[in-house]
Amino acid sequence: MAEPARFDFKKNIAKALKDRQLRKNLRSAMDGLRIKRQDVFDDAREFEELRRYGNAVKERALSRLPQLLEQLEQKCTQNGIQVHWAETTDEANQIVLEILQRHKATRLVKGKSMVSEEMHLNNFLARHGIEALETDLGEFIIQLDGETPSHIIVPAVHKNKDQIARTFHAKIPGAPYTEEVEDLNRIARTTLRKKFQAGQAGLSGVNFAVAETGTLCLVENEGNGRMCTTVPPVHIAVMGIEKVVEKMEQVPPLLRLLTGSATGQRITTYFNMITSPRKPGEKDGPTEVHLILLDNGRSRIYADPQLRQTLYCIRCGTCLNHCPVYTRLGGHAYGFVYPGPIGKILTPQIEGLSAAGDLAFASTLCNACEEFCPVRIPIPALIRRVRNESYAASAAGAIPGHGFRRNLMEIMAWKAWALANSHPALNRLGFKLAGRIGHLLPAIGPLKAWTQVRTRPQFALKSLHQLAREKGVPNG
Amino acid sequence: MPLDPPKPDKVYFFGTCIIDAIFPQAGLSAIRLLEREGIAVVFPQKQSCCGQPAFNSGFPDEARQVARRQLYTFNRDYPIVVPSGSCAGMMKHHYPELFAGDRDEERAFRFSSRVFELGRFLADIVKIRLIDHGNPLKVTWHSSCHAMREMRVIKEAKTLLAQLANVHFTELEREYECCGFGGTFAVKHPLISAAMVRDKIDDIVQTGAKRVISGDCGCLLHIRGALDKCGLDVETQHLAEFLWERTNG
Amino acid sequence: MGNIARDRILRRLHKAASQAPDVPATACLPIAAYDRAQRLERLTTLMRAMRTQIEVTNSRDWVDRLRAILKNRNLKRLLYSPETEMGRELKAAWPDDPQALPALCSWKGQIEEFKDELFHIDAAITTTRGAIAETGAIVLWPDEKEPRLMSLVPPVHIAVLEADRIYNSFCEIIQAEKWPDHMPTNALLISGPSKTADIEMTLAFGVHGPRELIVLIIDTM
Repeated sequence: MAEPARFDFKKNIAKALKDRQLRKNLRSAMDGLRIKRQDVFDDAREFEELRRYGNAVKERALSRLPQLLEQLEQKCTQNGIQVHWAETTDEANQIVLEILQRHKATRLVKGKSMVSEEMHLNNFLARHGIEALETDLGEFIIQLDGETPSHIIVPAVHKNKDQIARTFHAKIPGAPYTEEVEDLNRIARTTLRKKFQAGQAGLSGVNFAVAETGTLCLVENEGNGRMCTTVPPVHIAVMGIEKVVEKMEQVPPLLRLLTGSATGQRITTYFNMITSPRKPGEKDGPTEVHLILLDNGRSRIYADPQLRQTLYCIRCGTCLNHCPVYTRLGGHAYGFVYPGPIGKILTPQIEGLSAAGDLAFASTLCNACEEFCPVRIPIPALIRRVRNESYAASAAGAIPGHGFRRNLMEIMAWKAWALANSHPALNRLGFKLAGRIGHLLPAIGPLKAWTQVRTRPQFALKSLHQLAREKGVPNG
Repeated sequence: MPLDPPKPDKVYFFGTCIIDAIFPQAGLSAIRLLEREGIAVVFPQKQSCCGQPAFNSGFPDEARQVARRQLYTFNRDYPIVVPSGSCAGMMKHHYPELFAGDRDEERAFRFSSRVFELGRFLADIVKIRLIDHGNPLKVTWHSSCHAMREMRVIKEAKTLLAQLANVHFTELEREYECCGFGGTFAVKHPLISAAMVRDKIDDIVQTGAKRVISGDCGCLLHIRGALDKCGLDVETQHLAEFLWERTNG
Repeated sequence: MGNIARDRILRRLHKAASQAPDVPATACLPIAAYDRAQRLERLTTLMRAMRTQIEVTNSRDWVDRLRAILKNRNLKRLLYSPETEMGRELKAAWPDDPQALPALCSWKGQIEEFKDELFHIDAAITTTRGAIAETGAIVLWPDEKEPRLMSLVPPVHIAVLEADRIYNSFCEIIQAEKWPDHMPTNALLISGPSKTADIEMTLAFGVHGPRELIVLIIDTM
């Protein structure tokens, strides 16, 4: 299992913050994405209505998830799409491998799919002698550099033109060094066109899967998705089980929310709706279409009514774009597939708290993510839930690895805080002490962390309690 | 949306622990402003903290313990005026959540319906008229995240500033962006906190303002500390203290 | 293996779903409404903003207009379908010896046989099922007469649209044409030539899909 090296969040953070180029690239990209989103949703009231709708559709779809998945499977099967179920990413990888081996395929062309990143599919296939070529331009760029995506929508957002120019020149045979965006695109187009032609199988994700009709819906701008799902004789679609939508009529508003939030577009260049493989008489399209439904912890998340809201996510990336922490760190610092606010709540639930719970503490709970989430996921409340479970003693929590952060010092500190704030006499004493000796406290622990960045707080000699008393403000 | 109540005769004042310990003058100024408007202010001496630090840090039981104290301390039906969007947000929006299924659920619900953030209270309920006796001054305003997104009281605070004739007000370019305080975040992730406050300070400096006004002392503590560490000559002040200073003559 | 996974997953989901109340169905959002002229105008404006070339013409002159557009553009071959009415009209009005124009060619056999040729054809022309004014997109339902890749592989895609078939919104066309009752193998919305902003967020056109999209709108009014 080619996992990234042991997750050292603090080290990643320090590294990311020192990288001036990264911060400059991110700031510029995030500003652009935020402004575009705002331009396309310029009517605030309409946007609120749309989000409420999105939230209601998701809530309803999830409340009927098992029935909808069964319906989706039934419709797809009726239409000739072969449906597979995978509990784990290992199982999903095996299913992909079996399909490819059955077709003796060694050249797979891939459209962008975050689920396939979750599966670490490319590395797995490489170990079995199968080339999995990324065809989304951003994914193509980072694949050449051996990197993982740093954003859900724009995978190469952390790179600028000259970095990409160097990569193309070094890694693509015959490519000249050029920083002109048009030229770079042309190089990508020419290189990948040959690959589309020669691809033996194509893989894609799924943006929405409509249970009513058994239709797989995909958004894209470049055309590579349509290439991967139409040119090769085999199409494999991988999907998280939460992506199923009840009815076709619900797709247009969800599509609007997705494209508006993800890239600030009213609609993407292409909206691709696939309902079956090539029918008799038809002249192109894959003869075999496979749909792999991946669980990987989602059914466990589903079981908790509050945490279930994590599954509303339509992977638009807008929470990343509005997050002041993501803007400064970029996606790689988060160590796992999904960065940003959604990553902070999803990753600990998939990977377990001891592996990834620390992510949830890198947030000021500023609520910017919640303000713009197109399906109204209460991300800050879910971040707090992950924090609570990180310290919870009992097994009442739903997330595996609960209590991983429990330590005597913090537990005692909060108990002492609660005590002082529950007893007025203690409270008064605390303030008196702070006023008199606060400036003498040694800079260790939290005070040390504070004074790295700021001057010490100056505790007042007389608290407001005392001043109010002296002023004669009535007590009751 | 419930209608605003008329201007009351009497209110509770919740000081907030940061004002209590570090910026008591801001609290005193707020009380004076309210009293000058003919409102009787009650300051229950048994009050302490709203509980937010523990609530946000993963210790809901401890938060509930402290919050319960406030529920019982502010037990009469008076409006509760709070000089902080953050603490007001905690008490208005999160107390019902914190006490859901608890024996004090009803009490918490009634409590939270009486909570008002100070700026909005002065603007919308008191409909305060402010006469500026101060010298010309260039200021900027820092919106705390919870004042912006939970309590939504920024517009109201700015109308108060707008009433001051000699105050020249410039907005921050990135007013919407968090300053990086986030309570315990400031000490748990000092590097990210530093990066965020650094950008906030740069924004403040580019406005040319001599003073930053805010409705939240948590943010002010953090911004003040960073400004001082950088040796920058910009003052920080809580809205209540600023309004009292400008209008007291 | 798949069936065991299926059973386990569904069992967990059923158990959790049964413990929570059912959520009622969501009412549809209202559909945007424009008049005919507004629909045409909005579609044209939005698609042009996405670098689509839009030509509005009447039913008698559309081939002439097409010839004028394609003249002297150095396009060698134009892929079309002789099995559609549009294709037949095109063929009838196309010169036998096209000097400055591309020669007409048609799809031969299955994609397996035709692929290499397809990837070297300069342009293709297809009909459309309709269009959507609200978002600015044409709607295609490729079929055995006009295969899917016609509107994807050749660098130039020409789409012929009847102005009467411009709908207000995506919602409307789904409802009006009862899509859920008869979804095709593949349904497509296309809003312009292919594009990307993956390099420094700079918009560039002509990536993997067509570099150019030309929409000929036949307006009979």
